[in-house]
Amino acid sequence: MTALTIPTAAGLAEPALASQRVFRQALEAMARPGTVVGTEIVLAPPAPLSRAAGALILTLADFETLVWFDRAAQSAADYVRFHTGAPLAAQTADAAFAIVADSTNLPPLTAFALGTDEYPDRSTSLIVEVESIAGTGPLMLSGPGILGRRPLGVHGLAPDFWHQWRTNHRAFPRGVDVFLTAGARFVALPRTTTVET
Amino acid sequence: MSDRQTKRAPTALADRQAWLGTLARAPAAALAEAWAGLNPKPGYRCVRGPETGLIMVRGRAGGTGQRFNVGEATVTRCTVALDDGLTGTSYALGRDRERALYAALFDALLQDPARRTVIERDLLDPVRGALVAKESATARKAAATRVDFFTVAREGSE
Amino acid sequence: MYVAVKGGERAIENAHRMLAETRRGDPATPELATTQLVEQLTLAVDRVMGEGSLYDRDLAALAIKQSRGDLIEAAFLLRAYRTTLARFGAAEPVDTNAMRVVRRISSTFKDVPGGQVLGPTFDYTHRLLDFSLAAAGTRPEAPVSTTPLAGKLPRIGELLEREGLIEPVVPDAGDAPVGDLTRESIDFPADRDVRLQNLARGDEGFLLALGYSTQRGYGRNHPFCGELRVGRVALEYVPEELGFAIELGDVDLTECQMINQFKGSAEQPPQFTRGYGLVFGHAERKAMAMALVDRALRAQELGETVVAPAQDQEFVLYHSDSVQATGFVEHLKLPHYVDFQSELVLVRGMRVECGQVQAEAAE
Repeated sequence: MTALTIPTAAGLAEPALASQRVFRQALEAMARPGTVVGTEIVLAPPAPLSRAAGALILTLADFETLVWFDRAAQSAADYVRFHTGAPLAAQTADAAFAIVADSTNLPPLTAFALGTDEYPDRSTSLIVEVESIAGTGPLMLSGPGILGRRPLGVHGLAPDFWHQWRTNHRAFPRGVDVFLTAGARFVALPRTTTVET
Repeated sequence: MSDRQTKRAPTALADRQAWLGTLARAPAAALAEAWAGLNPKPGYRCVRGPETGLIMVRGRAGGTGQRFNVGEATVTRCTVALDDGLTGTSYALGRDRERALYAALFDALLQDPARRTVIERDLLDPVRGALVAKESATARKAAATRVDFFTVAREGSE
Repeated sequence: MYVAVKGGERAIENAHRMLAETRRGDPATPELATTQLVEQLTLAVDRVMGEGSLYDRDLAALAIKQSRGDLIEAAFLLRAYRTTLARFGAAEPVDTNAMRVVRRISSTFKDVPGGQVLGPTFDYTHRLLDFSLAAAGTRPEAPVSTTPLAGKLPRIGELLEREGLIEPVVPDAGDAPVGDLTRESIDFPADRDVRLQNLARGDEGFLLALGYSTQRGYGRNHPFCGELRVGRVALEYVPEELGFAIELGDVDLTECQMINQFKGSAEQPPQFTRGYGLVFGHAERKAMAMALVDRALRAQELGETVVAPAQDQEFVLYHSDSVQATGFVEHLKLPHYVDFQSELVLVRGMRVECGQVQAEAAE
């Protein structure tokens, strides 16, 4: 275990209440893929974590969930470890959660834990920082939780992400789930969602 | 005792372990009084907590064998950052948040050599003294219940 | 089958208010302070901490007051409360060798090093009601010895180990995961760590009866109370942000080392084996029963035939938990109106069929 430096940035104020609110939002976002959610949680996580990514990981991680940080997110690792007690995942495939601050260098989705047919829940949930997300745009989402089709605009993802996403979707019931975060906003992409580009 | 060493402990590790153990057992009133007596009081902010959670208590089968979980205990912890940059941390059994805050503050202050002597004298020494006295009293009462066996000579035996 | 039934809200609300009034009793009698329970009903408080699986005397006392002294209900309240708190992590295993004992006895060696320390015990009392306690105002004082007890008392097992007469205790790998039944359901056969956790939080009455059954011949294993110690140990924890162990305070524990005869097997010569009990607070009966049942549950590991309930892992581990047991038994009080209607229809139908068959046979 690498030593941990106590961060100067505070975690969630009123952790029980705040994390319940964020969890509810994450649940809503997963239930209605593509819906852009804005968190009103007051939080100032260290760079490069956005407010949304910080709120999500502080809410979801605990001492039993291994968290993987990409190179760009390393500077926020101690902050997350200190406030959640989460251990570091040495490898992407061990991670319950992954924080990706540099979305253009996202590891292949298949490098993360995909779960098994018996336990599809034993997979990684990714929190990927992007430049911006909007409820309008060229992407068309469909699948469970979406009546018809839902538009989405995302800036800052690697060009092959949506190609990988199709592979991920086809692996159902295995696969990863993704939160895209930008500033105080986030959107969920569960593995059940089809995305037309 | 863990053999893991902290890289950043500004004072000797054993000293800090000792005072953290004392702060964890100090009566809340003693901490509050010592804080009230500080002049000037340092500025600070809470980085984490004070918050109450659980620590799993573990034992070993047969006393020294395979580890197992006995049950959880309530623990309250706090981490503070003083305005001068020192951070202090406290963990103690129970659910007293105020006392967790004071303990964290004193952990930070004790890392400042200029402050340490006074806090040792005014807070830690009296608290340690009281704890030792209480333990000693219990141990002496228990000792009074120790059985002294004596052999009874058998009747008629030569 | 469960069907939502509406109504009864007013009745339930009023029942809860009646409960509150009944709990308080006659207002002319002073109300119990939870500190009184902590100080004077210590063994009830300790039992609730053990079965509630939560070390916090103040909360256990509050739970006892709230539950009108129903200790299983109180344990239930603690179990519910603990689910509202985050777990920071796991403490270092307690060092019971370093226990500051208030009581320590061995029924196997009279001259055990450190001596037989009786402590605050009911043993050797005459079980006669003490009417002086009915009057308030007593302030008994315990005699004080001029010399305190020795710091560390050696374990009884160590004496037998030197001669190889008892199975050795094998320490585990320091980084081996520790099974936790509060996070993962039990798989059978269950490992000893999970079994001990289950027993540590198990119902005292159930474990007492099972332990007793082994003594009466249902899975007999010839136990001796090698050692029973009650006292205080420091609780150590390594916070990640500090990187070294710190003491969080002290916890009171009761530990029982049961020594049991073992006939030996093809691989092993006859020797003594061990059963182990470790419980929150002062809980001798529970620690002893736990040690008896722990030893009985080692039957398979020691190559013994499983013939008795106390040796049957599924039977013991699935029925030891007072909260689970009370939940399932007491749920029978809840409305089963529709289940019972369907049973009625079924029985009526069967009776009609049965009548027809008899009528045809008579023709």
